[in-house]
Amino acid sequence: MQVVMYISQFLRDMRSQKLRTLLTLFGIIWGTAAVVLLMAIGKGIHAENQRQMHGLGEGIVILWGGRTSQPFEGFGKGRRIPLREEDAHLLKREIREMWGVSPEYSRWSTHMKYKDNAVTQNMVGIYPIFGEMRNIIPEMGGRFINRIDLEQKKRVVFIGDQLKKDLFGEEEAIGKYIIIDNVPFLVVGVLKEKEQDSSYSGRDENKAFVPASTFAAMYGYRYVNDMIFKPTDPRQTELVKEKVYQVLGKKYKFDPADKEALSMWDTTEMAKFLTYFFLAFRIFLVAIGTATLIVGGIGVSNIMHVVVEERTKEVGIKMSLGAKKAHVLLQFIFETFVITFVGGTVGFLFSVGVIKLFPVFGLEEYLGTPQITYTTALIAVGILGLVGLISGYFPARRAANLNPVQALKL
Amino acid sequence: MIDMRKIRKVYSTGRIEVEALRGIDLIIGENEFVAVMGPSGSGKSTLMNLIGCLDTPSSGEYFLEGQKVESLSPNELAEIRNKKVGFVFQNFNLLPYATAFENVEVPLIFGGVASRKRRKRAMEFLDRVGLGDRADHKPAELSGGEMQRVAIARALVNQPRLVLADEPTGNLDTGSGKEIINLFEELGKQGHTVVVITHDHGIAERTHRIIKLRDGMIVDGNGSG
Repeated sequence: MQVVMYISQFLRDMRSQKLRTLLTLFGIIWGTAAVVLLMAIGKGIHAENQRQMHGLGEGIVILWGGRTSQPFEGFGKGRRIPLREEDAHLLKREIREMWGVSPEYSRWSTHMKYKDNAVTQNMVGIYPIFGEMRNIIPEMGGRFINRIDLEQKKRVVFIGDQLKKDLFGEEEAIGKYIIIDNVPFLVVGVLKEKEQDSSYSGRDENKAFVPASTFAAMYGYRYVNDMIFKPTDPRQTELVKEKVYQVLGKKYKFDPADKEALSMWDTTEMAKFLTYFFLAFRIFLVAIGTATLIVGGIGVSNIMHVVVEERTKEVGIKMSLGAKKAHVLLQFIFETFVITFVGGTVGFLFSVGVIKLFPVFGLEEYLGTPQITYTTALIAVGILGLVGLISGYFPARRAANLNPVQALKL
Repeated sequence: MIDMRKIRKVYSTGRIEVEALRGIDLIIGENEFVAVMGPSGSGKSTLMNLIGCLDTPSSGEYFLEGQKVESLSPNELAEIRNKKVGFVFQNFNLLPYATAFENVEVPLIFGGVASRKRRKRAMEFLDRVGLGDRADHKPAELSGGEMQRVAIARALVNQPRLVLADEPTGNLDTGSGKEIINLFEELGKQGHTVVVITHDHGIAERTHRIIKLRDGMIVDGNGSG
């Protein structure tokens, strides 16, 4: 029932202080909206980035043969180290921490034809595990190259979604034959559309994937273009990379310390960088948002200061009628809480509205979809509550500690 | 009811010390209707604040209904002001944004009276001062006499034993002033102890006793002297 009185008192105060209340509310609304929106957009960008990273595959390392830069065991420097398909088996066998390895034969300008549609594209020969490592997911009704294909050197092909469109248009592709360099191949799967923002030899959407065995038999390549491998535990990537140098160095007689003998692209390094980058980014956003909220809090504190000043007499009257310190304290703290709470709620709803409207701006490709998280909301509410408490407490305490006689005299 | 012994009150503003009360011995019994008179600066209001527990003495002892006041905490003093004392001020001191009814309700709220009982009691006391039909009016919409009657209703609503009035008619015309004094007289008959500070001899003469103050000391009318 006292709450009712606090509320009606508050409403009266606010009515008599319309402009000041509005400005303060605006500060809090702006602060909350800034925090929530910044965090949501930050998270959206991060998620979008991860989604695009996902297109290449997570935690994989791409390995190419290189050229030695140091003489070793009687061999001169500058010797080429090409990789062979069987090296994949060697690496898998020799390195305990290795989760999977796939060789990748690659042939540019491969002619592919279906009916009257002909294209020239990149074709790769791989192992089934390649699909898993590179997040190559077939569309419904299809599949990726499997073990039987590989063992039996089947003439089957898995095609990228763009390649499928180029060859088949809207027509169903699975179960049909396409002619690859004059050899008919059965289409067993089509790539499910995916985001891919980085690549090392063109996008998967344009490629044709065939079993490595079929590829080797057809073209007689001795060397693979590259291999991709993935450690069991992403934290052991460095160790596994080191072991790859040792195993291949032993086989091809080069110094494992000769980093140029092989070349590697460790995608986890970029992922790691991005993780830290976005962490820093979000800390930065939180700092900005918090600062904004604190500025709003100073606004609240300011208005409360004036309110207390103006109502010293009222405090005196109430004290003469038996108000205790707690009554006075609570009244002012209650008022700040209402301002911060209303401001916070409006700010939050405003952010939700902006995010709902976000697709209108057409920026998703760059910024991703902003995501409001429960934690963000909680953090914002927590900071706001704290700001409200601190900014309300000090003026309130000043009011509660007034000497009733002096307060009445004003 | 009131028992003050060697009460001194010193205000210090920076380096200057002002001795507002210089050794007051005062006894006021139950049901007494007392006037306090004296020139301005004689310490009337200070005495009133001390009696009403709005302030505490610098030295001396004060017993209100046998309770020693100096040793009480601010919250205990607030409770005394709420339950035992009713204040009426010269300038009314109503809350300007609240209606007459809400003003009368305030002491009941601080006293923790339940809402239904509170409304009934506030209305009852507004009726008693003849303002039942003005309950929804704000102070600005009331005349001086009406405002003071609201203040009296507010002072009485917690049924305090002691009613203190600091120049209650000072801002009123003669007619309204008379009504107010009639009300106080009635309160005395109803068993309240009433202490009125006044400049008006006409009012003072209607009380049982006149206490005269000068320069922070009682010069006449002390019940103990």
